[in-house]
Amino acid sequence: MKPFTYTRADDITSAVSEVSQQEGAKVIAGGTNLLDLMKIDVMQPRHLIDITRLALNTIEETAQGGLLLGALVTNADTAYHEQVEQRYPLLSHAILAGATAQLRNKATDGGNLLQRTRCYYFYDTHTACNKREPGTGCSAIHGYNRIHAILGHSEHCIATHPSDMAVALAALEARIHVTGPRGERTIPIADFHRLPGDTPEKDTNLADDEIITSIELPSKGFAQHYTYLKNRDRASYAFALVSVAAGLDMEGDTIQEARIALGGVAHKPWRNPEAEALLIGKRASRENFQPVADAYVQKAKGFEHNSFKIELACRSIVRALMQAAKIDQ
Amino acid sequence: MVTKQIGKPQNRVDGRDKVTGRARYAAEFSATDLAYGVVVSSAIAKGKIKEMDTSEALRVEGVLDIFTSENRPKLASYDSSFQDEDAPPGSPFRPLFNRDILFNMQPIALVVAETYELARYAASLVKVEYETEEHVTNFEAERTNAYEPEEYKSTPPPDPWGKPETALKEAEHRISEVYSHPSQHHNPMEMHASTAIWEGDGRITVYDKIQGVLNSQEYIMGVFGLAKEDVRVLSPFVGGAFGSGLRPQYQLFMAVMATLELKRSVRVVLTRPQMFSFGHRPKTVQQLSLGASADGTLEAVVHHAFAETSRFEDYSEDVIIWPGVLYKCENVKLSHKLVGLDVYTPLDMRAPGGTTGIFALECAIDELSYKVGMDPVEFRLKNYSVKDQNVNKPFSSKELQECYRQGAELFGWKNRNPQPRSMREGHNLIGWGVANGAWEATQKPSGAKAVLTKEGKLTVSSATADIGTGTYTIMSQIAAECMGLPIENVEFKLGDSSLPQSPLEGGSWTASTVGSAVKLVCEKLGEKLLELAQESDDSPFKEVSIEEVEFTDGQMRLKEDTSVAIPLTQLLKENQKDSVQVEAESKPADEQENYSPYSHSVVFVEVNVDEDLGTIKVTRVVSAVAGGRILNPKTAWSQILGGVVWGIGMALEEYSVMDHQYGRFINHDLAEYHVPVNADVHDVEVIFVDEEDQIVNPLGVKGLGEIGIVSVAPAIANAVYHATGKRVRDLPITLDKVM
Ligand SMILES: Cc1cc2nc3c(=O)[nH]c(=O)nc-3n(C[C@H](O)[C@H](O)[C@H](O)COP(=O)(O)OP(=O)(O)OC[C@H]3O[C@@H](n4cnc5c(N)ncnc54)[C@H](O)[C@@H]3O)c2cc1C
Ligand code: SF4
Repeated sequence: MKPFTYTRADDITSAVSEVSQQEGAKVIAGGTNLLDLMKIDVMQPRHLIDITRLALNTIEETAQGGLLLGALVTNADTAYHEQVEQRYPLLSHAILAGATAQLRNKATDGGNLLQRTRCYYFYDTHTACNKREPGTGCSAIHGYNRIHAILGHSEHCIATHPSDMAVALAALEARIHVTGPRGERTIPIADFHRLPGDTPEKDTNLADDEIITSIELPSKGFAQHYTYLKNRDRASYAFALVSVAAGLDMEGDTIQEARIALGGVAHKPWRNPEAEALLIGKRASRENFQPVADAYVQKAKGFEHNSFKIELACRSIVRALMQAAKIDQ
Repeated sequence: MVTKQIGKPQNRVDGRDKVTGRARYAAEFSATDLAYGVVVSSAIAKGKIKEMDTSEALRVEGVLDIFTSENRPKLASYDSSFQDEDAPPGSPFRPLFNRDILFNMQPIALVVAETYELARYAASLVKVEYETEEHVTNFEAERTNAYEPEEYKSTPPPDPWGKPETALKEAEHRISEVYSHPSQHHNPMEMHASTAIWEGDGRITVYDKIQGVLNSQEYIMGVFGLAKEDVRVLSPFVGGAFGSGLRPQYQLFMAVMATLELKRSVRVVLTRPQMFSFGHRPKTVQQLSLGASADGTLEAVVHHAFAETSRFEDYSEDVIIWPGVLYKCENVKLSHKLVGLDVYTPLDMRAPGGTTGIFALECAIDELSYKVGMDPVEFRLKNYSVKDQNVNKPFSSKELQECYRQGAELFGWKNRNPQPRSMREGHNLIGWGVANGAWEATQKPSGAKAVLTKEGKLTVSSATADIGTGTYTIMSQIAAECMGLPIENVEFKLGDSSLPQSPLEGGSWTASTVGSAVKLVCEKLGEKLLELAQESDDSPFKEVSIEEVEFTDGQMRLKEDTSVAIPLTQLLKENQKDSVQVEAESKPADEQENYSPYSHSVVFVEVNVDEDLGTIKVTRVVSAVAGGRILNPKTAWSQILGGVVWGIGMALEEYSVMDHQYGRFINHDLAEYHVPVNADVHDVEVIFVDEEDQIVNPLGVKGLGEIGIVSVAPAIANAVYHATGKRVRDLPITLDKVM
C-alpha cells in the first residue's frame, strides 16, 4: 500500500471540492473494494476523502412514486428495507445474491456500482492489464478467461462488471444522481457503465471529480413477476458467471412489458431492448422465451475458457423468464 | 466407579481459549523489539535476477534492512542441511541462495521495517530486473517427458502380479479411461507465519506455524548452524495446515535470518497470494484400465499415474497402491511417473495420494459396475479383499462390510433405481453415488513425559502438534483415563521443541503414535507410584504387582479389594514428594510387521443437478467409517465432517489455475480459489462402525484425519453420473461440464 492522506468530509460541497482539487483523490465509502485494491497496489490514491458522514444514508419516496436510495445506504439496509422488499423485490434479491452478510453490512449502494472488475490479472500487478495500466496489454484474452465477457468486449479488455445490484438496477431502469464541481446531473443506469473499447481503464461515465449522491428507482417495480437468477461456481460468496434480472409486466398470461438484464457477461449490465420487445403482447411460454434468449446471445463471442457462458446465458434467460412468469413448461 | 474418559464426546479442552482469542498463533506473539518482515516475490517463473535495486526502499524511514541473495548471511551450502523431515528426494529450495529463479512467486528479498505497513510499502519499491528464460508449466505438454524417479518419496510401485495385459484383453467387460485433477492449494485459514524472538547471546525462540516443532528446530540448526540449546521452537496453536505445515516454509527461514542478523525480534507473515507460492496437491493424470468377467469378478487392473513435481525435488505420493488395498484382483500392473515443471515442489495435502488415486479408482470401478450390469455396492462387495495385495499381508482389521451395511441402510440405497437420469424433481436430476476408500493406520515411535504433583495435577507432554484435529483433547482424555483423574486435573502440552520427541503431525498417525506414548508414560507413572507406596513397610500395597492395582477417582487401589485405596495426593504428601515425573518412549510392536493396517470408509452421496444450468448441489452424504477405536466421538465426527466438506470442494470447486503465459497460479485469493461455503454443505451423517483391533497399536485406534476425505469426490462424481448420465473425469466438476 502506498502512503496516502485522509480527511473526512462533513458535507457534499466540501467533499466535491476536495475530490476535484486534490491530485489523486478518491472518496471512500464502505471500503470493501477500495481498501482491498489499495493493499495490493492496484489502486493507489494519494488522498482519501471519507464520505461516510454525509447525509446520504436514507431511503425516501420520490414525487414520481419511486424511491430514492441514498448513495451511502448499505447494501443490507437496502435489501431489507420494507419498501424495497415489497415494491422492488428484484433489487432485494439481487443484492442478497451478492457477497456475504458481513460485506453487505459494510458495502454502500454507491460503492457497489463502482466496484472494479474481478479479472484475475487486474488483481495481479505482475501481469499485463490495460485496465490497471493502460497500454500494457490484456492478459486475459489468451489467458484464463472463465469469468470474462462474451458480449461487448474489445481487443483491449474482456473484463466483466461484477455487481449483482447493478444488474437489477439496469432492469429497473434506475437513474444515478451525481454531483460535481459543474453541478448536479442524472445518468440513466444504461449509460452509467461503459464498454471497454480502447479505454478499459474507465469503467463508468462518472467524471473523476463527481460523486454519486443517490440512486433513483422509477415507480415501476415488477413486484409481481420478477426473478434474479445467479449462476456461480458455488452456492454463495461467488461472483456471477451469468446472472439474469428479469421483470415482466403481465395481464393474465400476456406480457405487456419485459425487462431482461444480464450480469457476468459484459463490462456492464447487458440489456437488449429489441429482444425484449419481441415479448410484448406475447403469451408467457417457453416457446416465446427461447427466441428472446437467442437474440440476446446472437452476437456473443466467447474465449477459450468461457464459451460455455453463451449457452448458459441463453438457458438462464429462458429459466428466469419462466420463473418470473411463474410457469413450469 | 471407573473414570471413563476414552470414548466420551468430550468438548475440546482448548475450545474456550480458541473462541475467546486467548489461544495465540505464530503471528500473535510479540516482543518489545519486534520488527516486521515482508517478502518480495519474483514476477517470473524461470531465469535470473539481473539487477535488484533496493535503494529507494532503503530510503523509507523506518526500514531496517533488506536481505537479498547478494547480502544475505553465510548459510549452509549442502542440500542435507536444508533437508527437513518431510523433504522428498532432491535438492531442497534454498531461499536467497543465489540469483536463480526456479518458480514463480519465489521469495527473492525480505524487507524489514519498524512496522508492517512500512515494510509492505518499502517492498513495493524494490525494483527487480530479470533475465527471463522460457518456463515450462504446461503439464500436458511436458507429459511426454514424464520419468520414473530414481527414488520414490512414496511407496515405489509394486511389481506387477499375474498377467495384467492378457487378462485385460480377455476380460468380458473393460473400461479404459483417464482421470485427472488440477493442482490444489491447502489454503488454511491462518497464513504461514513465524515470529522469531531474539533472546540475546545468539539464542532465539521461534513461534512457527508448523506441524511439528522439531522439524523447524532441526532445519534452523542445519541452515544457520545453531546449536540445539540456542533454538527453541514453539507452536502451541495452528490455524489449520492440512499438510502445508509439514515442511518448514520460507517465512521461517526469513524470520530467523533477519533476527540473527539484526539481533532483533522479527515476524514474517505470508500474504494470501504468497500462500500459492509453495507446496500444493500436484496435478495428477491417471490412466486406468479395468477388466471384469461376465459374473463381475475383477480380472485386471492397469493403473498409470502421472503427477506434477518441481525441477529440483522428486515429490511423489501413494497414488497407485489403492487397487491392491481395496480390491481382490489376480492381475495388476502399476506405474507412477513424474512430470517436472518450473513450479515449487508439491506437498502432502490431506490424504496425499489417497484422494487422488481413490478418486480415479472408485470412478473407474463404478464405470465397470455399469458395464457388468451390477449394483455398484454389490460389485464392490463381490471383489472385496481381505488382504493387502501390494505387500501380501492380511489387514490388522477391516470392518468395511459393516460400513456398507450400516451406511446403505441409513442412506436408503436399496431404493435406488440403477438407471441414470431416472430420478428427478422439477428441473433437478437426482443422483445417488457411492465410493469406498482406505487410509494407512500407522504408528511411529514417540516420546512423552508425565508429571504428577502433590495437588493431584497431571501434566503430560510431547513435542507433537494440534493442527485443529483435537490432539490436546484426546491426549488429555487418554491420560485422565489411565491415571483415573478427572479431565480438569489433566493438562496436555505440545508444540514445544523442549518436550519429548515426537514425529510430525501428519499421516493420521498422531492419535495412535502420541496416544500410545501417553498411555505408556502413564503406565510407567503408575508403576512409579506403586513403588513409592511400597517404600513404607506397612503399606497395604507392599506385596502387590502393578497388574493388581487400578487408578480411579484420583486413587490407587486394589482391584480385588477396592477398599484398599490411597488418594494420589496423599501418596505424594506422605512420601514428601512435590511431584513424580517419568518419561517414556513408545515404539510400534514387532507384530505389526505381519499385518497391513488401514482404516476404511464408504461414502454415499445424493446430488441434485439442474438439468439446464448444470449447477450441482450435494444434498445428502452418509459417511460410514471403520477407524478402530473412537477416542472421542465429537472430535472424530468433526474430522470426518471436515473431510466431507473438503471432498465436496475437491469434486466441485478447487482449482489452482496455472497461467502458462506467466507460469504463475493466477487465482491466488479466496475470492477466486473456491472452497465450499456453508451454503454448499447440506445433510451430512457420520457413522463409526465398531472395529476392534489388537494389533494396530496398544490403543486400538486408527486415526481419522484423512480417511474422511478419500471417498467423497468419487462418490460425488458417481452420483453426478447417476443423475445426468454424464461421466466427468476431470475435476472439478463445474457446471459447464455437465450442462
Ligand atoms: C470477497 C468479496 C465478494 C463479493 N461478492 C460480491 C458479489 O457476489 N456480488 C456483488 O455485487 N458484489 C460483491 N462484492 C463487492 C461488494 O459489493 C463491493 O465491494 C461493495 O458494494 C463496494 O461498496 P463500498 O461502499 O465498500 O465501496 P468502496 O470500497 O468504499 O468504494 C468502491 C469505489 O467506489 C467509489 N465510491 C464509493 N462511494 C462513492 C460515491 N458515493 N460516489 C463516488 N464514488 C464512490 C470509491 O472511490 C471506490 O473507487 C464482493 C466483495 C468482496 C470483498
Ligand atoms: S480483461 Fe481487462 S481487466 Fe482483465 S487483463 Fe484484460 S484488460 Fe485487464
